Amino acid sequence: MVLLILTNMVVLGSSRLRVCIRVVAAQGVALGVLPLLIHSFEPQLLIFTVLSVTLKGIVFPYMLWRTLRQLNVWREDEPYVGYGLSLLTGPVALGFSYWISTRLPMPFSVHSPMLIPVALFTLIVGLYIIISRKKALTQVLGYLVLENGIYAFGMAIANQQPLLIELGILLDVFVGVFVMGIAIFHISRQFDHIDTDQLSILRN
Amino acid sequence: MIWALLFIPFAAALMSLLIRIDGPRRTLLVSAAVCHTAITATCWIHTPSPILGGWFAVDPLAQLFLTITDVLFLAASLYATAYLGAERHSQNDNAEEGLFFVNAPEAAFTGCLLMFLTTMTVVITSQNFGMLWVAMEATTLVTAPLIYFHRHHRSLEATWKYLLICSVGIAVSLLGNFFLAIAASADNGESIPLVRSDLLAGASRLWAPWIRAAFIFFLVGYGTKMGLAPLHTWLPDAHSEAPSLVSALLSGALLNCAFVGILRAFEVTAAAGHTAFARDLLALFGLVSMTFAAVFMIGQADYKRMLAYSSVEHIGILALGVGLGGAAVFGSMLYAVNHSLTKAALFMVSGNILAAYKTKTAGDVRGLFLTIPHPGCYGRQGYWLLQAFRRLEYF
Repeated sequence: MVLLILTNMVVLGSSRLRVCIRVVAAQGVALGVLPLLIHSFEPQLLIFTVLSVTLKGIVFPYMLWRTLRQLNVWREDEPYVGYGLSLLTGPVALGFSYWISTRLPMPFSVHSPMLIPVALFTLIVGLYIIISRKKALTQVLGYLVLENGIYAFGMAIANQQPLLIELGILLDVFVGVFVMGIAIFHISRQFDHIDTDQLSILRN
Repeated sequence: MIWALLFIPFAAALMSLLIRIDGPRRTLLVSAAVCHTAITATCWIHTPSPILGGWFAVDPLAQLFLTITDVLFLAASLYATAYLGAERHSQNDNAEEGLFFVNAPEAAFTGCLLMFLTTMTVVITSQNFGMLWVAMEATTLVTAPLIYFHRHHRSLEATWKYLLICSVGIAVSLLGNFFLAIAASADNGESIPLVRSDLLAGASRLWAPWIRAAFIFFLVGYGTKMGLAPLHTWLPDAHSEAPSLVSALLSGALLNCAFVGILRAFEVTAAAGHTAFARDLLALFGLVSMTFAAVFMIGQADYKRMLAYSSVEHIGILALGVGLGGAAVFGSMLYAVNHSLTKAALFMVSGNILAAYKTKTAGDVRGLFLTIPHPGCYGRQGYWLLQAFRRLEYF
């Protein structure tokens, strides 16, 4: 839990893309292992954990890192919102998600009181990164953080959702990141950069 | 029966990736479309039994939207054979800036088109909210390469916006799914499965605050995909930059699929006794969409973008119709059929105009009836029909 909060803060404050990728990977692994810790042990759960850890901890970072190397972009310069301000936004968002989660009535007991606020916090951070950063790659990272947040939220209610659907979700995220990776590659070839603020021909 | 509906386009998609010659691949596309339409047509005569324990079924809503999708896809596949043939020989210069570009490989295009049909069928026939979500996200992913068929930077920009905005929107509706799951769970550990019929049966036991929250998230999430303003920003870009037959499918079929998602959520919310709440929200979004579209359409010079904004407006009317309830719901369904068919036809005509004139600015297209008389006539008729349907809806 604390790890999740910390990784979110690092992603908010770091301008180096490689660090960001590693941290998001660490977050994915931490989340992947979490269900084993909070639920009782089942073989099905183990398979799912292994799958999600390999995807989020190995496959995604590798794909993103490879794109990074091909493009030779290492830093996110000049985001729309500065890093200091982003770091300040973090605690505010965290406080907000705590406040929200105290107001939500849960129909069943959740394993850990931290789970819901942290999930909401991760969600907000993901959305914030998508909005405030310019590089297409960072936006994909933001999308991954957003997905992690939703995943954490889903963990609170894991016994309600059939496993098959969770697998489908993982698959969709996987293909999504794959397609986005290809799109980033094409963007860089067409424009010689991956700054999305230059993608502004199509207006009105 | 439903197995065949799901399996035929899927198998055809895989095969089209393997076939190396253009001719058989195009035949495969058309024949898959014909088979699919034929099976859907037999569903009207005798309703197939649900499969996988009620996860997939053809209920009246699914029947209606499946038919629309199939008719459109059949038309699009016929259009595609001619279109792909013409694209192969035409000089690929960018209509807007005179840049040269190459097209994506045709095998991938056909494969994605057929996968698009598969995922849309899953969306429409799925009775399980989780499955619906998975398929909806899949439609986003398989249509992205379709929009990026003409490999130049304008379509790339459109594809990126489409991918990012729709993925985030759909992530939001996943949260809606989770909220629905919370609403469906009870204190004693027993919960209602997220299957439509079970949810409708046990609707009175659903938790009120969570079901409301779930509906809001579904509406925003699938509304992004459907093009409800102010979440419509990807729509004009994607529609104007995609090849015309893809625009036709996006506008006529994909928007309807997202609408099915919203309608399913609406059914459950209404059954749980929040009809007024859900209707107000739908009507609000509908009115906002109509206003947005009307404002943006005024200064629009690009005729494909104009059609796209018109889609936003019509989606607004659909949402408003369901929001008003009563006879307006029937009106909405009728309207969905009319709108899909007309708009798809118009997009295809606009493709012909684009091919003939190489420009998307409406002011530059002159002497349409002299240059290409047939599409010109159809275009005129289509615009009239669109206007007529709008009047029809009001009564």
